[in-house]
Amino acid sequence: MIGSKYRVNRDMARMDGKKFSLDKVLTILSFVILIVVVVIPMVMIVYNTFFFEGKFDTSLFTEIIMDPANVTAMWNTIKIALLVTLFGTVVGLFFAWLLGRSDIPLKGLMRSMFTIPYMFPPFFGAMAWELLLSPRSGYLNKWLMATFHLSQAPFNINSIGGIIFVECSYYFPFVFMQVVSALERMDPTLEESARIAGAKQWYVIRRITMPLVLPATSAGALLILTSSLSHFGVPSILGFSKKIYTLPTRIYQLISRASGSFQGIREGAALSILLVIVVMLALWLQKVVLRSGSYDIIKGKSMRPMLIKLRGAKIPLLIVSLLSLSIIVLVPLVMIILVGMLKAYGLPLTLENFTFDNYLNLFKSKMVQDSVVNSLTLSISAGIIAMFLGVMIAYVIQKIKPKGKTALEIISILPYSIPGIVLAIGVILSWSGALGVNLYNTLWIILVAYIARYLAFSMKSASASLQQVHYSLEDAARTCGATHFESLTDVTLPLIRPAMISGFFLIFLPAMRELTTSVLLYGPYTRTLGVAIYSLRSDGYIVDASALASLAIVLIIICNAVVNAIVKDRKKV
Amino acid sequence: MASVRFEHVSISYGPKQVVKDFSLSVNDGEIMGIIGPSGCGKTTLIRALCGLIKPEAGDIYINDQLVFSVEKRVNIPPERRGIGVVFQDYAVWPHLSVWDNVCYPMKKHKVPKDEIPKRAAYALEQVRMTGYEKHMPAQLSGGQQQRVAIARSLVSSDELIVLDEPITNLDAKLREEMILEIQMIQQRIGTTIIYITHDQEAALQLCDRIAVMQPDGQICQIGSDEEIIRQPANRFVYSFIGVSNFLPVVEKDGKVCLGLGDEPVLFDKLPEGFAVGKKNVMGVRPMDIVFDQQSAVRADIQRDTFLGNQYDYQVNLGGQELRVERNALDVLSDPTHYAAGQEVGLRFLNVKFYEEEAQA
Repeated sequence: MIGSKYRVNRDMARMDGKKFSLDKVLTILSFVILIVVVVIPMVMIVYNTFFFEGKFDTSLFTEIIMDPANVTAMWNTIKIALLVTLFGTVVGLFFAWLLGRSDIPLKGLMRSMFTIPYMFPPFFGAMAWELLLSPRSGYLNKWLMATFHLSQAPFNINSIGGIIFVECSYYFPFVFMQVVSALERMDPTLEESARIAGAKQWYVIRRITMPLVLPATSAGALLILTSSLSHFGVPSILGFSKKIYTLPTRIYQLISRASGSFQGIREGAALSILLVIVVMLALWLQKVVLRSGSYDIIKGKSMRPMLIKLRGAKIPLLIVSLLSLSIIVLVPLVMIILVGMLKAYGLPLTLENFTFDNYLNLFKSKMVQDSVVNSLTLSISAGIIAMFLGVMIAYVIQKIKPKGKTALEIISILPYSIPGIVLAIGVILSWSGALGVNLYNTLWIILVAYIARYLAFSMKSASASLQQVHYSLEDAARTCGATHFESLTDVTLPLIRPAMISGFFLIFLPAMRELTTSVLLYGPYTRTLGVAIYSLRSDGYIVDASALASLAIVLIIICNAVVNAIVKDRKKV
Repeated sequence: MASVRFEHVSISYGPKQVVKDFSLSVNDGEIMGIIGPSGCGKTTLIRALCGLIKPEAGDIYINDQLVFSVEKRVNIPPERRGIGVVFQDYAVWPHLSVWDNVCYPMKKHKVPKDEIPKRAAYALEQVRMTGYEKHMPAQLSGGQQQRVAIARSLVSSDELIVLDEPITNLDAKLREEMILEIQMIQQRIGTTIIYITHDQEAALQLCDRIAVMQPDGQICQIGSDEEIIRQPANRFVYSFIGVSNFLPVVEKDGKVCLGLGDEPVLFDKLPEGFAVGKKNVMGVRPMDIVFDQQSAVRADIQRDTFLGNQYDYQVNLGGQELRVERNALDVLSDPTHYAAGQEVGLRFLNVKFYEEEAQA
């Protein structure tokens, strides 16, 4: 039946390397793409910092790091990041224990509230809290002053403390999520045997449970640390007016103050190197800490843990946690939506001052329309492109395993730990003419940056999934008569389709609300949703900014609902 | 129908050479068993035959057609070698139903559309999987998945089928059935079958010829089941096929003596196969050791087990453990009851002598 199977051997060429096999094409393509998207921007930052007009020159770098304003910004960054990590970890641990190990009611409700900070960009929260607690015009401050006849505003959100508070409320779920899943996967007999051996409740928590969840805690804590170090939105909204700078906002300020001059960008690049050094130190710390404590006692399957009875403390703890969750999660959202409906900023929040005209104005505004379309276009195309690239690179790393596989792996995960603002500078330096390609002021430059920034997400997701696909499944297709390409399309890709879909949304959702990278890359017609809100606010159109933010909130909620529906649908099959 | 020839094939994984200078020819329409301990390179060999890995040296022919050669730079891709394969881990595609799994190779081989369902149904019937067409692999047991894999290999090729441990996950009864079924398929279509296993029993039942591979990837004997059992080529084959006892022996004045204790004489003449002037070991099967109170070879029974149709003894001979079997017939001819703690005399029948290997 297979009469034609001994055709002239076209693959003879494969052996003497004249023609490229599919494996080789994929490998080379992966390297080329990663070099273009990731390596070139990084190299350009270093080159432009240390070379001036073709000559090695460290004067710019020393000048930048000796500048007292920059040194202050660095200390601010470190101080904020450390305190956010500390408080975020404590809050995260508290809630993780409460939901994972105690018999507190309403766990489902609280869990769904924890996912909300994940959905919205932290700078929305910063905007909301500024509306409530800015010393001059914050609604809550004004109300407190009037009620208690105070001469001074009791709270000042435009401070380092304020920045820490808002970042905390967005980052504590990192620890919460990690620890709660570790608690759920922990073998309950480990705790039970301690109790049987005569240990008291508190002793078990301190000596058994805590050490076991230590790796998860430190993983979450260091995620907070690195996120906060490179965070731009919150300190820029709360700090600019009081001249409180962190490294990312200082970089932004250097570049926007220079209004696009090359010198400004070079200064930004030099400062980026400082920021990257700080972040790398944190990552190195993470490696050291994570290496020291890993336990295999956490099992893969989930088990029913023994729940601790809170008894009399149940109701007070429930009230405290619901109250704090509402403050952290709900108050900012409600505030943004309410202010978005005000006739003018500063009017009291009463019914007769509300209007929907702001929304109508938004729909009429060309800039708003553009920004929504831009964000959707960018997020969808970055999602699709990065998804396929991620699958390809993951396939090369997991299945082809060429020489230099480790290099490929490191390069593709690198952007994960590089602050968005640094990446943006690298992209500007690379793709605005210096290398013969000028994408500046187009959507393309933002797209390139998004792909670099989010490639690691889809790569990791596809990688984990490919590890589950045993090579014999592809081999079986080959021996059944499929070409190498057919074995990929018939077997491998369908098997990792769920990972590809989730990889797409892992990119699409954060790209929709992206601010840090696009705020440096946008041009007159290429504002993204995040940039539009940000610039409306900094131009003083507080009410319009809030209205657009509310619109974004609705958009994000719809997108999330769609994602959940798709994911749930897949699980049923 | 197809013949297969490996000529001087060497395969390495990185610095580790798995198969070295391997040659084997499989005749048209025969069932060739390749048996050997796990890790000896059986699966590697099959992957090379299928074109899934590239050997570093040697030629491979299917039907006198060169499919791989390092020298002549030939490497026909797997999809054009026309081999049906059952992989060790079944490799049933989890995203396709049983039916789609079985139809896939025929679609790729451009079998006429109206013929596909007929042949798929027939193949499923042969492996007793009719009625499971709509099932997804996740809903099947390991044994059922294995049978789907066999059905898929049957429709892939009617010339050459390679089975890599195809029935290890089936229960004893189904295993018997599958062996018979494979045999019948082979007789009906005349397919050449290469059967890879570490389970010598199934191989002995099924195969026309068997190649025994040593742990180092070399073939140490090729022959029929009878030859392998009766004339094991070396100590490895002897110990790999069935349970075996090895005893050190020494030569004394043209006589063979036991190399243990006070060295009682075992044989008056130097037997065939005895390597004069070298260190020898004597291999003897448990059923070939007879209790004989007249014998000068004395041993202690350590443990006795009754297994229904036979007695199983563990015997200590000069510090060395031996396994001895007595079947119902032996018991009839010598009704003495032997039990643990007793001293007995031993006589050895059907012994084989092998040169002592360096590692032993």
